[in-house]
Amino acid sequence: MSETIKTDIVIIGAGPIGLFAVFELGLLDMKTHLIDILDKIGGQCAELYPEKPIYDIPGIPYTSAQGLVDALLLQIKPFNPQFHLNEMVEKVEKIGDPLFRVTTDQGKQFECKVVVIAAGGGSFQPKRPPIPGVEPYEGKSLFYSVRRMEQFRDKRILIVGGGDSALDWTLNLAPLAKKLTLIHRRSEFRAAPDSVNKMRALVDAGKIDLVFGQVTALHGDDGQLQKATVKTNDGAINQLECDALLPFFGLTMKLGPVANWGFELKNNELIPVETAAFETSVPGIFAIGDINWYPGKLKLILSGFHEGALMAQKAYHYCYPEKRLVFQYTTSSSNLQKKLGVAPQTAQPA
Amino acid sequence: MVKITFIDSGGTARTVEGEVGSTLMETAINNGVPGIEAECGGACACSTCHVYIEEAWREKVGTPSPMEEDMLDFAYGVQPNSRLSCQIKVSEDFEGLVVRTPDRQA
Ligand SMILES: Cc1cc2nc3c(=O)[nH]c(=O)nc-3n(C[C@H](O)[C@H](O)[C@H](O)COP(=O)(O)OP(=O)(O)OC[C@H]3O[C@@H](n4cnc5c(N)ncnc54)[C@H](O)[C@@H]3O)c2cc1C
Ligand code: FES
Repeated sequence: MSETIKTDIVIIGAGPIGLFAVFELGLLDMKTHLIDILDKIGGQCAELYPEKPIYDIPGIPYTSAQGLVDALLLQIKPFNPQFHLNEMVEKVEKIGDPLFRVTTDQGKQFECKVVVIAAGGGSFQPKRPPIPGVEPYEGKSLFYSVRRMEQFRDKRILIVGGGDSALDWTLNLAPLAKKLTLIHRRSEFRAAPDSVNKMRALVDAGKIDLVFGQVTALHGDDGQLQKATVKTNDGAINQLECDALLPFFGLTMKLGPVANWGFELKNNELIPVETAAFETSVPGIFAIGDINWYPGKLKLILSGFHEGALMAQKAYHYCYPEKRLVFQYTTSSSNLQKKLGVAPQTAQPA
Repeated sequence: MVKITFIDSGGTARTVEGEVGSTLMETAINNGVPGIEAECGGACACSTCHVYIEEAWREKVGTPSPMEEDMLDFAYGVQPNSRLSCQIKVSEDFEGLVVRTPDRQA
């Protein structure tokens, strides 16, 4: 196991609310590490609707969702937040007063004075394919991601989907596989044109098969796939022999490990907080953004920004118990401006 | 207002008033029609507002845009008459429209 990372604050979730929290915490000298299961920064904005417009960020009449994420990243750059992507936070334990240990599914451990849960609608997880009875095969011969390519050497592989993941793995696994079949419901692909061209070249060379249709049933024993029933677009029903199935139907938000951290959840999915600092029932653990609940809660980005600002004020007292916090504006405080790396506008040297 | 009928996977039909200019998804949600989740609120970003258009209505309702086709890749049980109801604007000539909802959205 790797060494424990010691920091002031661990933020679980790198969506817009976790990102802005870095800013508010940074102004008050608190160092942050952010952990997200996604392979990218920005939460729902980056994963679900990067190119769609947002019209209700105060002072910004229009931005794309990805544009907002990019702007937030620029805004928090002076505070040098550390990102840990592709990692799921599995455990949050109280080990001191206040001191917490946060553990990820990759075995990484953090020790911090304050935990900020900015987990949004939960963690992004692969969607189950629209096939009845997939559960027994999951993790045994049906996989949502590839961690080790060797596992697929000399296997008969079915890959389902038409996006970048499906195409990337088709191209990567084709040289290893005994036989590889790509199944998609139509002849257009969402994936990058370059990958689509490479895939078509493999099909033309007879190296892989391409089938237009949908998998309707799986057959096998004890979690080991043997065959899949495929209904092709011309109405034919075929049985394809296979050892492994890789379905890529995108991601959906599931609450995930948050459910196991001992909070009494509202409607089984939201963490109740008080509204002075958005602290949970455990002192030192805060919840901000879409994941929290309090009377009057609105799941809006602007509400989450406000929650982050109030949270930071209280978090300060856990990190610097002996210090008094003086309220300051970024406009006029040379102290804050120094932290932001912008030269103070007044007090020119003579 | 036009009358629109939603038939669920169990065969139960519900006829509701659709406001011209709103979407078919909004019509379902505002009238408490079950079987449509619309997690993303109509942004064509979730595919949980999937419906099947009755054969006789397919031409009038029209075909999906490329963006909607991309999203349909993520829906369950996609058929040639599949559409995402948040991408369909209710118009005057939808009076009597019949659509079916799938047995699951996600
Ligand atoms: C289509 C669409 C349009 C929208 N339009 C608007 C709009 O116009 N205006 C507006 O204000 N809001 C809008 N929203 C809502 C807005 O996107 C959310 O309020 C916002 O994303 C919430 O931010 P967040 O940081 O709280 O959570 P999220 O953006 O959900 O990010 C949470 C992150 O936490 C991660 N995570 C969760 N659990 C774990 C774990 N255990 N380990 C590791 N990582 C974890 C997730 O993977 C995720 O990346 C829209 C949403 C959608 C889907
Ligand atoms: S409501 Fe999400 S795609 Fe229609």
